[in-house]
Amino acid sequence: MKKLLLGNEAVARGLYEAGCRVVSSYPGTPSTEITEYAAKYEDLYCEWAPNEKVAAEVAIGAAIGGGRSFCAMKHVGLNVAADPLFTASYAGVNAGLIIAVADDPGMHSSQNEQDSRHYAIAAKVPMLEPSDSKECRDFVSVAYQLSEEFDTPVLLRLSTRVSHSQSLVSLHDRVELPLKEYRKDPQKYVMMPAMAKKKHVVVEERTKKLVEWAESAQINKIEWGSTEVGIITSGIAYQYAREAMGENASYLKLGMVNPLPCDLIREFAKRVKTLYVVEELDGVIEQHCAQLGVKVIGKELFSPIGELSQKIVAEKLLGKKPEEKVFGEPVPPRPPVMCAGCPHRGLFYALSKLKVMVSGDIGCYTLGASAPLSAMDTTICMGASISGLHGFNTARGTESAKHSVAVIGDSTFMHSGITGLVNIVYNQGISTVIILDNSITGMTGHQQNPTTGYTLKGDQTTAINLEKLCDALGIQNVSVVDPYDLKETEAVIRRELEKEEPSVIISRRPCALLKYVKHKKPMKILTDACRGCRQCLKIGCPAISVRNGKAVIDNTLCVGCGLCAELCAFHAIADGEGGDN
Amino acid sequence: METKSIMIVGVGGQGTLLASRLLGYVITSRGLDVKVSEVHGMSQRGGSVVTYVKFGDKVYSPVVEEGEADFLLSFELLESARWISYLKPTGKLISNTQQIDPMPVISGAAQYPAEIAEKIAALGCDILTADALSLSEEAGNSKAVNVVLMGILSNFLDFSAEEWDAAIDACVPEKFREVNHKAFRLGRSYRV
Repeated sequence: MKKLLLGNEAVARGLYEAGCRVVSSYPGTPSTEITEYAAKYEDLYCEWAPNEKVAAEVAIGAAIGGGRSFCAMKHVGLNVAADPLFTASYAGVNAGLIIAVADDPGMHSSQNEQDSRHYAIAAKVPMLEPSDSKECRDFVSVAYQLSEEFDTPVLLRLSTRVSHSQSLVSLHDRVELPLKEYRKDPQKYVMMPAMAKKKHVVVEERTKKLVEWAESAQINKIEWGSTEVGIITSGIAYQYAREAMGENASYLKLGMVNPLPCDLIREFAKRVKTLYVVEELDGVIEQHCAQLGVKVIGKELFSPIGELSQKIVAEKLLGKKPEEKVFGEPVPPRPPVMCAGCPHRGLFYALSKLKVMVSGDIGCYTLGASAPLSAMDTTICMGASISGLHGFNTARGTESAKHSVAVIGDSTFMHSGITGLVNIVYNQGISTVIILDNSITGMTGHQQNPTTGYTLKGDQTTAINLEKLCDALGIQNVSVVDPYDLKETEAVIRRELEKEEPSVIISRRPCALLKYVKHKKPMKILTDACRGCRQCLKIGCPAISVRNGKAVIDNTLCVGCGLCAELCAFHAIADGEGGDN
Repeated sequence: METKSIMIVGVGGQGTLLASRLLGYVITSRGLDVKVSEVHGMSQRGGSVVTYVKFGDKVYSPVVEEGEADFLLSFELLESARWISYLKPTGKLISNTQQIDPMPVISGAAQYPAEIAEKIAALGCDILTADALSLSEEAGNSKAVNVVLMGILSNFLDFSAEEWDAAIDACVPEKFREVNHKAFRLGRSYRV
């Protein structure tokens, strides 16, 4: 029987079946589950690396060492791993190497909407793009064959709707591959100028051969329907086009999106009347067609912004509009919020009270930017909170440093925060950095990291000690606070901001969703004492609201953290045996 | 068979994922083609969450768009209002009557609309409401709202009680199985 698998799970299955040996990744939505599922196979070595650059380098090393290897990341992760990718393209592999990159059109959980296909073009490596779970599994095996035959890393491009959709896959057994022999070969693996100059020639030749392969590759296929309309497409966009147009169009579905075929596209173009390119984000296939002199209609109809859908394709190509009924009044948005009991809440409440400039970072705590806490000024990329704050304060002077902090999670600090802190110490900065240590990588769904003391496979390991690390970097002022204790948290931040030296404050309490975290009974509102002043709503907790002029606690959400009680001037919130919802 | 589209909407943390797993299981057991799509990550932190389930002889797109859903299974009233435009003109909305205030309502920046179910019915939509929270508490666990609602939906789908029972046995850990069977039966026998 076929199994219903998430696209990411199917990639992991493909890795298992194709005899992959080493997986090293950094979590990032929508790519995270690939590595989590891969870790369930005992035959695969799987690890979380501290960042994508390290992960890619581990995978490159493993491939050179003769074992098929793999690395997964989200689109912005490839920015971090771009450095090894571009030169691994020159060095090539020994055993096969796949780097999966999951784009997030529509930015469901990302800070930008970049199209990773540009990386394949720039790094001159092949890129495959599956359109459902079956292809996720199948393309892994194709990618390894390509990688070994053409001596190149191969990129596997996913997107949110492929990674996070389940569809049917039939399973096969694992192919056991012997470790390939490793031979010392500096001409191939030592990329200093003399060798790299020669290798660049090889890379250009390789691309030509890959174009030839693309012309007749099974994964680049034509599905004939009506020849009135021709559609060139790839990945999830194929599914949208196919659903919208059915047999009323012919399709050239490209499983390999770099390099693109030439003759195949020209031949297809000749046999259809009007030719469209349906692709998500940028007009990459469209530009290629333009270079070939093939006339297509693409981005003049389809926006480079956000996701496509069958509705958009039907609207643009058939002029069809759906029949829909719309609720007649404004529906308040429901943005994501920090969970009830989230340890970040107390820290951000203190920051909002102190009215400091907050240089933010990537993680659950980015939600500190939302109302009512509204305690974040900037968020750019992983690690930028610390280095960005140093720049901000260097431009604005000592007084600025006394009214600004950087906030960064434990996992993000390990990822790329440490170097920013080194920069502050080295260049005599005086900024205050707050590490939000919730003992897990939260946003992506609870992955272990170097500070937690556990590996991806669940084994105990050395936990990096943040205090000792900061001490070793030369930070003289390292404090630890419990963010559930609002008074102490605020006092320590005030104290450290005054110092004309760099400080690190570790705000430490485990994520409230961790299974081992014991929760108290929901808080209780003493209705007679409650004056309905709404002060308790200022922490932005989803478990507390005001109905009929009195605060109420939602029993199904409240975990009894007691933060609201600390804010109540009328002692109207007490530890409870039960709530009142 | 023609492709059927079901949308499951709710608030992050309400257990919409188990509902779609059960559906995926009964459909797969029948040997039909199926796609289930959901978004993970940031939206799971108490935000508005959506799962699409599509099944038939051959399913292409994994997502459901405006005017396409045969069934809209809503775990919360405001979410019913938010997603009603996704229902087909001939589609059916099954909505929990539970209300969960979103942060803009909690902070006083927005109002929770009154009489949502009545207003949706006035649009000419086929709507069935149920207090699934009370039914799940009756079953013995307030977290079984998802399975109660699946029980209600099951009355309108062509799968037998045995097929659903098998799905619960396969998808739910043993210690929660009994409560979920009970919750499912309460949903399945629910009548207005």
